[in-house]
Amino acid sequence: MTTLAATSGTEPASRPRGRRPSYGRYVVGKVLGALGSLLFVMVVNFFLFRVLPGDPARSLTRGRVRTEEQLDELRAQYGLDQPLPQQFLTFLTNTLQGDLGVSIRYSVPVSELIVDRLWPTVALVGLSTILATVIGVYLGMVSAWRRGGRVDRLSTGATLALYSMPEWWLGLLLIAGVSVGIGPLPGIFPTGGLNSIDADPGSLSGLLDAAWHLTLPVLTLTLAYLAEYFLIMRSSLLDELGEDYLVTARAKGLRDVEVRRRHAVPNALLPTTTLAALNIGFVVSGAITIETIFSIPGLGLLSYEALSIPDFDVLQGTFLLASGAVIAANLVANLVYGLLDPRVRT
Amino acid sequence: MSSPAPVSARQITRRRRAAAWRRNWALFRGHRTGLAGLGVLGVFVVIALAAPLLADADGLRVTQATGGVLEGPSSEFWLGTDDNGRSLLTMLIWGSRISLLVGLLATAISMLIGTVVGLVSGFFEGWTSRVLYRLTEWFLVIPFLPLAIILAVVLGRSLLNIAIVIGVTSWPATALLIRSQTLSIKERPYLERARVLGAGRWHQMTRHVLPNVMPMVFANTTLTVAVAILSETTLSFLGLGDPTRVSWGSMLEAAFGVGAMTTGMWWFIAPPGICVVLVVLSFTLIGRALEDVLDPRLRDRR
Amino acid sequence: MTPLLALRGLSVAYQTGEGRLPAVRGVDLVVRAGEVVGIAGESGCGKSTLASTLLRLQPKDALVEGEVLVAGRDVQTMGWGDLRALRWAQAAIVFQGALHSLNPVRRIETQIAEPLRLHEPDLSAAAVSARVAELLEQVGLPATRSRVYPHQLSGGQRQRVMIAMALACRPQLIVADEPTTALDVMVQAQILDLLSGLVRDLGVGLLIISHDLSVLSDVCDRVAVMYAGRVVECGSAEQVFTSPTHPYAQALARAFPRVGDATARYAPAGLAGDPPDPLDLPQGCAFAPRCARVVEACVEEEPPLLQVGGRQSACIRVGQA
Repeated sequence: MTTLAATSGTEPASRPRGRRPSYGRYVVGKVLGALGSLLFVMVVNFFLFRVLPGDPARSLTRGRVRTEEQLDELRAQYGLDQPLPQQFLTFLTNTLQGDLGVSIRYSVPVSELIVDRLWPTVALVGLSTILATVIGVYLGMVSAWRRGGRVDRLSTGATLALYSMPEWWLGLLLIAGVSVGIGPLPGIFPTGGLNSIDADPGSLSGLLDAAWHLTLPVLTLTLAYLAEYFLIMRSSLLDELGEDYLVTARAKGLRDVEVRRRHAVPNALLPTTTLAALNIGFVVSGAITIETIFSIPGLGLLSYEALSIPDFDVLQGTFLLASGAVIAANLVANLVYGLLDPRVRT
Repeated sequence: MSSPAPVSARQITRRRRAAAWRRNWALFRGHRTGLAGLGVLGVFVVIALAAPLLADADGLRVTQATGGVLEGPSSEFWLGTDDNGRSLLTMLIWGSRISLLVGLLATAISMLIGTVVGLVSGFFEGWTSRVLYRLTEWFLVIPFLPLAIILAVVLGRSLLNIAIVIGVTSWPATALLIRSQTLSIKERPYLERARVLGAGRWHQMTRHVLPNVMPMVFANTTLTVAVAILSETTLSFLGLGDPTRVSWGSMLEAAFGVGAMTTGMWWFIAPPGICVVLVVLSFTLIGRALEDVLDPRLRDRR
Repeated sequence: MTPLLALRGLSVAYQTGEGRLPAVRGVDLVVRAGEVVGIAGESGCGKSTLASTLLRLQPKDALVEGEVLVAGRDVQTMGWGDLRALRWAQAAIVFQGALHSLNPVRRIETQIAEPLRLHEPDLSAAAVSARVAELLEQVGLPATRSRVYPHQLSGGQRQRVMIAMALACRPQLIVADEPTTALDVMVQAQILDLLSGLVRDLGVGLLIISHDLSVLSDVCDRVAVMYAGRVVECGSAEQVFTSPTHPYAQALARAFPRVGDATARYAPAGLAGDPPDPLDLPQGCAFAPRCARVVEACVEEEPPLLQVGGRQSACIRVGQA
């Protein structure tokens, strides 16, 4: 969750003279930026375990009894006895080739694990983001139009409350209330897992069964994250409604509804796009806690399981993937924004 | 008309600032939601400070638990007991300390890093500024929980480490805000006048830019605390906190561990979460009210 | 012939938390075809509020009394359908601050074409494009630049775009609200030339609102000076600029130095005091607190607009020693 004003900083324009603005140049710039971010993430990933104080081998095995020989073995296995630049190079080449190490818990390559567990998380995060965006933006738009009205006050109050609760707690409440049932109300949804025991995951009925199981988790994440989209869109539209060009539009003879729909709302969607992209990071984080609560076998639960051992390669792998996903989402949002707002292409 | 006694520049600034504070406070007072938030927060602060008076600290010790296991509310234990027989009410009261303390500490770390980076990258030109800006952007992109998990695992489980982890992962938003504020202040004429009069960079930054950036920093701090407390709760819930200390997040971790939501133990699940919501909501409302008061552009909007 | 614009006893007040704020107090004005009329006054005199009522664009909390007749029909009381048809087609406004009055993310050709498509829906796309190109040529902009965005143009070019846009539906009346503010002097002259050329060639009526009396004296046939919501002096541009009768108009005219007039350099050009607070207007003549020629009769009753020779002045001391 970011404060609304937090990301309003813009880089001062430094357009070289004589170059005409073009979308192509903008795209290249943004893609290079994204690749730079990715490289940075890999560097951070590498250094997290190796440069922090303490002996990596010891922190790897904290809380367990081990001998010096075992520590030496561990060091050799992870290549910790080699000079740092060499380690980094190995790490980089391995990662780029898709070798993300081996899981301590499952004794399976991390990349395999990730592929196995990918789709529930994608479904969860994808659906929640789409729903949260559509509902949040729509409600924000209506609230801004009828500012101070009942819909506005109700929505703002409800979203502020949702904004202030941990998404997983909301999940717990929903499980207790809707899955298990309170008093006379029956429990409707399954309390967890992705498939019922008797369902065949590959078939259509299995797919529907999985969807049924995902309903409550998606609902939880959607409720938790629509607050941010709502608040951003509402604030953004209220900003636009005060602009002069809307007076010009009205003076031309457009109806109020048309003015809003044709001018105010599209322009208000612009800052919403950028800020929404930043929110992806939190949706990805939310996936970890929600999958834990609902026992959905996705990447989030994988991260949680990797916590206790600790299964370092898995943690590194999921961190890399999560960061990569956010960088990719940001890139897409930036490219879309560049299409919509000609002022950033200069 | 006789001229008044000479007044130093410092006195004038001090008077102006005092007047500004009074004006802002008057504006803030008109904000019902902000006041409500302040009130609720006050209640929790009092509870946290008065914890020893309200609940016996021995009640937190597992070995000295007197109640039955996972009992519902009764006249002896108003909120029931946990899986060790400890009074949930006692744990709730003492847990407030942890949540508030860790939240504030994490915010302090985050604001410190964020303010310094934001000021420097906004104020200085050239590649220092650009490098810091890139760094800020890159850190902003990294998703919070995956990074926090790795850091917590590597650093070890303790509340101080949680505070560090939250601080280190949440400074970018603050840095960007302060950077944009600094950039806009840099353009103002009085700074140019100060430069012409010979003010060095350090003097400009601390005497001119910083005081004008502070109001927005203040509003942003409040909102950062809200996020920090939510983050601490989440990290404690995932088991990355101090196992020997009771916090609202760890209470919920225990609740989840015993499957409290499937057995209808609402007294275990609801109260810690409600407390978190109330505290975070109050900080959020205060922060929004402050933003309204301090940023004139927002005043007409909400 | 019906005047293009006729204001009869126009009064506008805002209902604020602190009371009723009168922005315009009983203004009469007429603009005919082929005429250029100017309204001069400082900020806060009510000229912007007046401009907003001409097409019923005033804020919802504004209370309007009197009549605003555009081509003989009262804009303030007609039905919304009629009003929307009238807007831009009968009368168009060139707003000030073109950068903010244009949609920043739409090409200027789209924005100029917008009223065309709205008021003449039967036009083919080709006809619309042709008209847009024609309008751009009319204001001196190359038609090839029609696909740019507002921020890619200079201030003067943007103002021309606003004028081209205003001409789109061939209105009979054009209202220019501060058309030259924030432009360089050279560009100001070009815009003013353009506007007076349009009046000459198209026979439209033009109402220019500005705080800059020298701008108005150049282009207008008649000028009305506003102070505290009322017209205090009204006459031909020459009369108002060179020999004003109302003390405020005199101060306003004096504030602009004339080349070649040596005495102007020494005479104090400013006027002490501030315009009155509309919530707390003084008894009698609103200008009395700042006037050098004030007498007792001035504070008793607000002086009406008196006919003095070929002009009007709201001062009871006109013609007296």
